[in-house]
Amino acid sequence: MLINTDHRLLLALAALGVIAPFVVPGITIQIAVFWLMVLFALTWDMMGGQMGYNSLGNILFFGVGMYASVIIQVSMFMDVGQFAAAHGGDRIEFTDAQYYWGLGLGILGAGVAATVVAASFGWTLFGLRGPYFAIGSLGLVLTAAELAGTWDYIGAGGGLEVPVFPGSAEAKAMLFYFLILAMAIATFMFCRWLYSTRFGLAMNAIRDDELKAEAMGIHCLRYKTITWSSSAFFVGMSGAVFGNITGFVEPLEIAFPTVTFGIFMVAMPLLGGKGTLWGPVLGAALFHLLKEVTWTYFLGWQFIALGVLIVVNIVFFQQGIMGWLMEKFPERFGIIVEKKEAAE
Amino acid sequence: MFDNIQILIAAPVFNVQLILDGLFIGATFALAAYGLALVWGVMNVKNLAQGDFVIMGGYIAWYLSTLGIHPLWGLPISIVLMFGFGFVIYKLIIRHVIERDMFISLLATFALALIITQTLTQLFGPEVQTAESHFPIRQYLDNTVTVADIRLISFGLCCVLATGIILFMRNSRMGQAIRATAQDPRAAKVMGIDTDKVYAFTFSLNAAICGAAGSLIVMIWNIQPFFGIGYSIRSFVIVTAAGFGNLPGVIAMAFGMGIIEGYGGFVFGSEFQQAIVVGMLVVVLIIRQIDMRRHRQVVQ
Repeated sequence: MLINTDHRLLLALAALGVIAPFVVPGITIQIAVFWLMVLFALTWDMMGGQMGYNSLGNILFFGVGMYASVIIQVSMFMDVGQFAAAHGGDRIEFTDAQYYWGLGLGILGAGVAATVVAASFGWTLFGLRGPYFAIGSLGLVLTAAELAGTWDYIGAGGGLEVPVFPGSAEAKAMLFYFLILAMAIATFMFCRWLYSTRFGLAMNAIRDDELKAEAMGIHCLRYKTITWSSSAFFVGMSGAVFGNITGFVEPLEIAFPTVTFGIFMVAMPLLGGKGTLWGPVLGAALFHLLKEVTWTYFLGWQFIALGVLIVVNIVFFQQGIMGWLMEKFPERFGIIVEKKEAAE
Repeated sequence: MFDNIQILIAAPVFNVQLILDGLFIGATFALAAYGLALVWGVMNVKNLAQGDFVIMGGYIAWYLSTLGIHPLWGLPISIVLMFGFGFVIYKLIIRHVIERDMFISLLATFALALIITQTLTQLFGPEVQTAESHFPIRQYLDNTVTVADIRLISFGLCCVLATGIILFMRNSRMGQAIRATAQDPRAAKVMGIDTDKVYAFTFSLNAAICGAAGSLIVMIWNIQPFFGIGYSIRSFVIVTAAGFGNLPGVIAMAFGMGIIEGYGGFVFGSEFQQAIVVGMLVVVLIIRQIDMRRHRQVVQ
């Protein structure tokens, strides 16, 4: 699929990403959120598009990563409960070295924590098929949000402050912008590599018919767990970065935002065309544009617009943009079309 | 937490209060869950907007009560309006997703839930609302158990409505057609049943049932636009735990759900109530899953 143009497109996109904050410096954070969306769409598509396991709860790993990162960043130097209790009061300053060490380890730890959570819940949730899995994962993230809201150690519903960045606001925006850009590109490269291996074929086999895949000797549970864990790894790290961008972690709106990021994550690959490599990226770009427009001009009605978009998309345009293009111009995608149709 | 358990042991009369409240609220859960099971069983569509239909019915009754119409009279109006709303939604959205993959219907109704929630917020604001019925609140058992009359009335109405629906499904032509379609849509079509009409009616009936449940909830409890997802999940938990077509199971589970929530809220503290609802979902799915695993053979 687009073998030759693939690299060029990716390079162009990456170059655009690198120069974007210098060309339009005022909106670095908004562009960072765009890359976050690309990452979300790609990781959701690993499960939903390539393996047919539509999850409504992948945002769980975002929140887990975010909390894990903050806990690591703080607990390396002091007690978290004490830090959480002090919020709003006297600011606790970290030295530069402490901050950067904490941040690096926090991001890594966030990825690991999310992976562990995915692997442990995968074991219990993967017996659920189709819509049961979707509802089960939704239940998981809602439970997590409610429990995080009652746990005093991490600040409960009042939230938890993230250690303050030692430099200027511009430097902070730049640092986190490039971190998230690098993550999005790494996710893309990982997906691209994964889908080209035998592992990718096994994922598609599970999507097409899980029972047959199992009968062919594919250990489905193992494949599902590895896929979910690796998508969780990236989402977890992105959660750590996003937590540091906002500077404040709170369970319902920031860490486990089921009706915002949680549903965007599903809407984007569907819009772009699920089960394709570029579909999620394209969907994320279009969606982010639409989102910025509706959020700016139709504030208050933005979720209604979003809901309508999803309904129209899923009911009348299910294959998405890439899917539609592939149907329309199959030769461009290296799909050979038999002239003679099989009689039905 | 242990203090609260000790209170329950030391003063058994608290249990009576908790169980009664659980039963009263569980009766409305049973209505919503029955609607979900109906649509799920007949049309193979999982309606994640179920809870938002409930809340919408509640808002109709509440809005009428602000105009001076008693919420008990708002109930039939809400049923009729929601029936019409269900029909419109069926024609616009559900008709196109019945034959498709179940995830499509799930996501479409999830988006619908989003639309309803936000529209209600825009129209009526995010405040918690309750419709005052002006019935007396009575004390029983030496003034230790408090029961509002409206809760008894609501419980009675739930029973009447449920009996009505069951009789309708059993005896009327439409009820028979619905059951036939649930068993085998193709065979039903061959027999001359207009399945599209049956689907439209089933979905509208579900919306009407939700409307009834919502107008009862607004009288005995409170509503807020964002409570919808909670009711969707409760209905889903109840149906999943009871299994389809198991009407006594659905009713028993709904009462169980009401009581568990009451006890959970009392023992752990009321901030855990929502967590208990969604936690139940995960627990029920995991239990079912372990149960299934015993029958499953995989490559080791």
